[in-house]
Amino acid sequence: MTLESKVPAGPLTEKWSRHKFELKLVNPANKRRFEVIIVGSGLAGGAAAATLAEAGYNVKCFCYQDSPRRAHSIAAQGGINASKNYQNDGDSVFRLFYDTVKGGDFRSREANVYRLAEVSEAIIDQCVAQGVPFAREYGGQLDNRSFGGAQVSRTFYARGQTGQQLLLGAYQALERQIAKGKVRMYPRTEMLDLVVHDERARGIVTRDMVSGKIESHTADAVVLATGGYVNVFFLSTNAKGCNGTAIWRAYRRGAYFANPCYTQIHPTCIPVHGDYQSKLTLMSESLRNDGRIWVPTAAGDARRPEEVPESERDYFLERKYPAFGNLVPRDIASRAAKEVCDEGRGVAHGGLGVYLDFEDAIRRLGVETIRDRYGNLFEMYERITGDDPYRTAMKIYPAPHYSMGGLWVDYDLMSTIPGLYVIGEANFSDHGANRLGASALMQGLADGYFVLPYTIGDYLSRHMGEGPLPTDHAAFGHVESEVRGRIEKLLSVGGARTVDDFHRELGRLCWDYCGMSRERGGLAKALEEIPRLRESFWRDVKVTGAGEELNQALEKAGRVADFMELAELMCRDALEREESCGTHFRKEFQTAEGEARRNDEDFTHVAAWEFTGDGNAPRRHVEELEFENVVPSQRSYK
Amino acid sequence: MKLHLRVWRQRRPDAAGAFADYDLDDVSPEMSFLEMLDVLNERLTLGGEEPIAFDHDCREGICGSCSLMINGTAHGPNRGTATCQLHMRTFADGDTLRIEPWRSAAFPVLRDLIVDRGAFDGIIQAGGFVSVNTGSAVEANLIPIGKPEADLAMDAAACIGCGACVAQCPNGAAQLFTAAKVSQLAILPQGRPERARRVLGMVRAMEESFGACSNFAQCEAVCPKSISIGFIARMNGEFLRAALAQPAAD
Amino acid sequence: MLVTLYRSAVGKKAVMAITGLALFGFVLGHMAGNFKLYLGAAELNHYAEWLREVGSPIFPHGSFLWIVRAGLLAIVGIHMLFAWQVTRLNWAARPVAYGERRNVDSPYASRTMRWGGVIILLFVLYHLAHFTWGLPWAHPDFVPGDVYHNVVAGFRVWPVSLFYIVAQGALALHLYHGLWSLFQSLGWTGSGRETWRRTFAKAFAAIVFAGNVSFPLSVLTGLVS
Ligand SMILES: Cc1cc2nc3c(=O)[nH]c(=O)nc-3n(C[C@H](O)[C@H](O)[C@H](O)COP(=O)(O)OP(=O)(O)OC[C@H]3O[C@@H](n4cnc5c(N)ncnc54)[C@H](O)[C@@H]3O)c2cc1C
Ligand code: FES
Repeated sequence: MTLESKVPAGPLTEKWSRHKFELKLVNPANKRRFEVIIVGSGLAGGAAAATLAEAGYNVKCFCYQDSPRRAHSIAAQGGINASKNYQNDGDSVFRLFYDTVKGGDFRSREANVYRLAEVSEAIIDQCVAQGVPFAREYGGQLDNRSFGGAQVSRTFYARGQTGQQLLLGAYQALERQIAKGKVRMYPRTEMLDLVVHDERARGIVTRDMVSGKIESHTADAVVLATGGYVNVFFLSTNAKGCNGTAIWRAYRRGAYFANPCYTQIHPTCIPVHGDYQSKLTLMSESLRNDGRIWVPTAAGDARRPEEVPESERDYFLERKYPAFGNLVPRDIASRAAKEVCDEGRGVAHGGLGVYLDFEDAIRRLGVETIRDRYGNLFEMYERITGDDPYRTAMKIYPAPHYSMGGLWVDYDLMSTIPGLYVIGEANFSDHGANRLGASALMQGLADGYFVLPYTIGDYLSRHMGEGPLPTDHAAFGHVESEVRGRIEKLLSVGGARTVDDFHRELGRLCWDYCGMSRERGGLAKALEEIPRLRESFWRDVKVTGAGEELNQALEKAGRVADFMELAELMCRDALEREESCGTHFRKEFQTAEGEARRNDEDFTHVAAWEFTGDGNAPRRHVEELEFENVVPSQRSYK
Repeated sequence: MKLHLRVWRQRRPDAAGAFADYDLDDVSPEMSFLEMLDVLNERLTLGGEEPIAFDHDCREGICGSCSLMINGTAHGPNRGTATCQLHMRTFADGDTLRIEPWRSAAFPVLRDLIVDRGAFDGIIQAGGFVSVNTGSAVEANLIPIGKPEADLAMDAAACIGCGACVAQCPNGAAQLFTAAKVSQLAILPQGRPERARRVLGMVRAMEESFGACSNFAQCEAVCPKSISIGFIARMNGEFLRAALAQPAAD
Repeated sequence: MLVTLYRSAVGKKAVMAITGLALFGFVLGHMAGNFKLYLGAAELNHYAEWLREVGSPIFPHGSFLWIVRAGLLAIVGIHMLFAWQVTRLNWAARPVAYGERRNVDSPYASRTMRWGGVIILLFVLYHLAHFTWGLPWAHPDFVPGDVYHNVVAGFRVWPVSLFYIVAQGALALHLYHGLWSLFQSLGWTGSGRETWRRTFAKAFAAIVFAGNVSFPLSVLTGLVS
């Protein structure tokens, strides 16, 4: 099968409007004849469910939390980008497009990114209309800030809780449709498999997480909006429940998985403090606007930060990247921190941390200004660590944060399985090899509010009058029994190690060999160890309780079992991509100064993996990327 | 640190529950409260017992999943702190901790410490939104909103829907949760056209499942976002205005 | 409109706030009138007689007082009925009790509204039997029309005075929380809890307590005889 990106012809700026015109429409009376399943109620899923229901479709929406309002999008702090150019600082659709393509190190599809930038403005309008309390100027206009090193101020924010407010906007729109009976919500319901029949997605098989009941749900189309998979690293900034199960099961049913090795490591997280650590907390990137990052010049310096004299401090980002200093993109900041820690100059538990220091900023701007800007972040930091950042430097360390990789989708956001759409972080679409700050929220909402609702109609209109496959069809029965078999198998291993124990080990492998920097030898090693670990998981895991009840151990076990497979694909992809680009840094491919060196000749493409059966090597397909509007250049932040 | 835990265990919604006692003697003060439970759960699992079920997800105080009554206080002793942000350094060596689920007729226990908070979604369904379809919005800066109003609306909007207000309230009232949403949308111009309908609907939905407010103010004390009971007053005002303006036939 | 109010606990609380405010007004007026005790028997007895006079000649002698009494009775009735209905709702809201529950931050007064209210009701009944109806079991020495005598003779019995003082304590607590709360219930925004409204409630509760307690105390200490 060749990968058809279905990018419409014509000039970049007209592609989307022309495409919207060419897409087949479903007339209003017919919309209510269609059922659409949406798995996920985050920004992408929530927005899509509400919008499709408003349009008249019947929607079934699923999430694993007890309420759609708790989807992981809620945790986003910093903000959302849009090319409104309210600040009159030279922003435009084209600049947002360009920054995103460049930030992604020229590994994304131009047309998709342009469309994203194009609809970004409508997103802000929509959210404001819903009552999202964005920050305002005294004149009553929307406030913006510059974020993640952007040269323009295009980030809209609601205190440090932007994701929460955007999600609540979508959630409220969703609840409105639930009240109208257009959406049926299934909280605490986990999708465990996809049903494909006649080469089309027909529905899903779920487990009711309270009663344990396995059920089939049928629809005319299935949309996955299940978020990212960086919990494969065990420790990450993602919520504990974030998982790769939905996309992994879809992959095993025939959807291609694109660029699994593109995982973003966020530079400013609170370092690990012990073996019992269960997750890592992100400290907003905005801290880098005023904080200075440093480590002691000498390895093993055990003094408190305020006791280290200026001359014995190495402000390594300012030293290496004089132009951008502490505001270099995430991948570069993370790697630089790792380097100094590898040299033994790290601070915090196990030498895995660097200082983020506000001493200068407080001296320059005064405590009050700093409190105004970062007060709630400082409080959060103190609550977790017990240290007061007004008095002593914060300690930070990079942590896995976001997955740019995901299921491959075409311009219409449809996967390689007809009728299966993938939106939000779950797809691979817009961020290339690295995502810019405040762009994930934008993409999730773009997909959910403004792209999918158009493109899905085109597919549905082609299947008018066919109706969903009945759930008593053999295709459902077959998948259901597979799902049951797997659960029984997990419950019957009766080994001696807990699920978390395995997950932690898997995470360590991924972090060591497929984390911030990667190399052939390490990846090869990981590819040997992961299957071994997986095998021992199925031999030695201990899952207590029964299937027909609320059983958190079982939930976790299923997710970790899938991560065990996903991790292998991630490492394989990292091994095959013999270049460094964005967050994917291969030690073998760097410039003399230690910067990432792309190989445009051989790797200006998307790698999309096809499942070929257990025990067989997956097949790698490529979608060539063409750059007609921007010229790939070496990213330079010196 | 050594700790003694008394934890509510209940296998199914309709089963009887009871407190079970556990001793932990290797608790690090740096651990979060939920990590302490993780450690206990690992131990239980290895010993062949079932781990304690509790709700959690983000573990950074924003998703509103975590919901533990700790020594008689929702989310434990620290102000403005969700259970997941609570760290063991708050407690002393040798402490006994009693851990219970939220208790409310509207929040039935599903298992151990997990309850069903679906009634909150019901309150939102009754009007906690602005009726605007995707695509019908006007240009964002056409609606100027003063900074003080925007800030006040944000104070209310910060609610994470955890249910601590209900859990702590001697009356099991959901006033703070409901009032936060009613207020946010009443303060902002976008929410004004529907304000009467909204408050009447939401209050009715609230009172179907929850108790009434006696102005104890304990909700504010335990709210992880420290949302002010001033918003409850605002909701009351909204409600009275809407009810009195209603045509008599209604 | 009124049905909406009646159907909802929020509406009922608003009505309780208004009826409570009216009763507070009554308590203040009652106390103010009683201060005549310090002006001597003639003044107090004259005031008592005047109460029956008010409203005449439009209303026949004594009838206006009965209208006021009926109004008061209705107000007390509504206040209590709604309190009872809301209380039942609250009890139903938590069928399973906690093993342990702390009262974080809520003043003692807020938690004694129900029982405090019941104590006040019992007290008022006793008070009526004692000074208004002069029932022999309550006031063996009762002389109809001689209010001054009745008060002095009544308070000389120290257990009676003690009961009055305790009841005034209950009333003060009830007023303190009630006065503060009524702003909340009536939708007075711009709040936060440590505002002038707290101070207002504290001050008036204290004034009423001090004023009312002064009567039995001054009789007991012989200041008034
Ligand atoms: C701490 C943090 C801060 C961030 N800050 C920013 C920021 O400032 N700006 C920005 O642009 N981006 C930010 N991001 C990234 C951004 O928040 C996410 O990429 C984005 O919200 C993902 O949205 P989503 O809708 O794709 O998925 P999610 O919000 O993760 O939603 C996934 C949904 O799928 C459901 N689900 C998952 N698996 C299953 C299953 N098997 N069965 C049923 N349901 C399932 C879940 O219940 C949930 O409803 C941040 C991320 C983190 C972790
Ligand atoms: S786990 Fe999300 S708020 Fe505590």
